Amino acid sequence: MTEIFLKLIIGVVSMTALGIVGGFIIQGVDRKLAALMQARIGPLLRQPWWDFLKLMRKENVVPEHAVPWVYNAAPIMAFASVITIFLYLPFAGFNPLMEGYGDLILIMYLLAMPALAMVFGGFASGSPYATIGAQREMVTMIGYELPLGAIVISFAWKMAQSGLAHPFSLKTIAANPIWNLVGPFGIIGFILLLLAMIVVTPAELSKGPFDAPEAKSELAEGLLVEYSGRNLAMFYLALGAKMIAMLGLTVALFFPYTISQYFQVDTTVKIVIEVLFYIIKIFLVMFVSVTLMRVSMARFRITQIVEIYWKLGGTMTFLGLFLIMLDGKL
Amino acid sequence: MSISKALNKSLWVYHVNTGSCNGCDIEIVAAITPRYDPERFGIKLVGTPRHADVILVTGPVTNKMKDKLLRVYHQTPDPKLVMVIGACGVSGGPFYESYTLSGPVDDVVPVDVYVPGCPPRPESIIFGVVTALKKLEEIQKK
Repeated sequence: MTEIFLKLIIGVVSMTALGIVGGFIIQGVDRKLAALMQARIGPLLRQPWWDFLKLMRKENVVPEHAVPWVYNAAPIMAFASVITIFLYLPFAGFNPLMEGYGDLILIMYLLAMPALAMVFGGFASGSPYATIGAQREMVTMIGYELPLGAIVISFAWKMAQSGLAHPFSLKTIAANPIWNLVGPFGIIGFILLLLAMIVVTPAELSKGPFDAPEAKSELAEGLLVEYSGRNLAMFYLALGAKMIAMLGLTVALFFPYTISQYFQVDTTVKIVIEVLFYIIKIFLVMFVSVTLMRVSMARFRITQIVEIYWKLGGTMTFLGLFLIMLDGKL
Repeated sequence: MSISKALNKSLWVYHVNTGSCNGCDIEIVAAITPRYDPERFGIKLVGTPRHADVILVTGPVTNKMKDKLLRVYHQTPDPKLVMVIGACGVSGGPFYESYTLSGPVDDVVPVDVYVPGCPPRPESIIFGVVTALKKLEEIQKK
C-alpha cells in the first residue's frame, strides 16, 4: 500500500516536470517548423517558455459575469487531467507507472477531460464568444470521438483475437507491435486507422485546421477569450502537455518498436538510446499530424468538421476495422 | 505592477481600428508577413485584448469609437503598452478638429509610442516596436 503511494507521489512529480518541460520544447519545435515551412525565420525554440513567464507575471482578470470558482478551477483541472494521462502511458519502452490500474478506455476518457475543462471554463467566463466557442468544442468532441473510439475498438479486437491477455491494456499493445500481428489486409486496415489518428490529433489538441472552437479571426480566440495572466498560462501548459500525451498515445499504439536490443552496450546507454529514439518518433509524428496539417490547410467550418469526422473518419475507421476482421478470419 | 524581462521577449499585439481608412491596417498586416516576420522576436497578433500586451490603435478616435477604445484599454491586463499607428491617430491628420472626432488617440487613452505616416511603412511600425522595447528596458532599469 505504501509502495503504491510512494510510486504515485514520485510519478506525479516527475510526470509534471516532464509535461511542463516537454510541452515547452514540443511547442517551440512546432512553431519553429511551421515558421520554416512558411519561409520565415521563426521564434526561438524557448519562445513558449518566455510566453509562459510573461503570462505568469501579467494581471489575472476575472470578468464581472464569470462564475469565479469554475472559471479559476478549469485551467488547473485541464492540467491535472493531462498529468493523469501520463501515469498510464508507456514512455520510451518503459512500462506505464500505474500499469495494471488503467487501460486504453481510461486514456480515451482522460483525453476528453482537458477539452471538457476548457468547455466549463468557456461557459463560466460569461462571454458570448466563449459560449459559442464552448459549444463548438463540444460539437468537435462529438465528431472526433467516433473515429477515436473505432480505433481503440479495432486495437482491442485484434489483441483479443490474437489470444493475448488484457487486450485493452497499453502494456500488451506496446509489447506486441500491431504490424507484426496482421496480414496484408490488416496492414491496409491499420494504415487507414493511422490516417484517421493523424486527422483526429489536431482536433484533440485544438490546432488548425480543426481549431474552429478558438477561431482567432471570427470568435476572438473563442473559449479562451476572457482568460488572461496565470489562468491562460495554465491552459498553455495543459495544451503543451496534452500534445505530448496525444502523440505519445499515437506512438504507443502504432509505433511501439524499440531499437536498444540491436546494440551491444550497458543498460544505461541502452536507456539513453531508447529515450532518444522515442523523442525522434514523437517529433516525426508531431511533424506529420500537427505542423504539416496546420500549415497546409485553412480552418474548416464547424459543420465541415463534423462531416469530415463522421463521414470520412467514420468510413475510414470502419473500413479499417472491417479489413482487420477480414484479415483475422482468413 | 512590476515589468518582467519576459515581457520584452513576448509582446502579444491586439489591433483596434478606431475609424481608420484601412491603410494603416493593411500596413500592419504587411508587417507580420514572412518578409518581416516579427515572430522572431516573439511578437504575434492575438484576437482578444485579454491576451494582449500591446494595443495597436489606428485611426482618429471617432465619437462612436471612444467608448469602445476605452473598454478595450481597460480590458487589457496590466502591464500594457499603447502604440498609435498613422497620422490620424497621432494628430487627427486630415480630420483635425472635425466635429465627429473625440480627439486624437492620446486624448482618450495614454499613449507610449507614436508611429507617424500616412500610412507608415512596415519598417517604421517595426521601428516603433523597437522603440517600445527600449522604453520597457529603461523602465526595468529604474
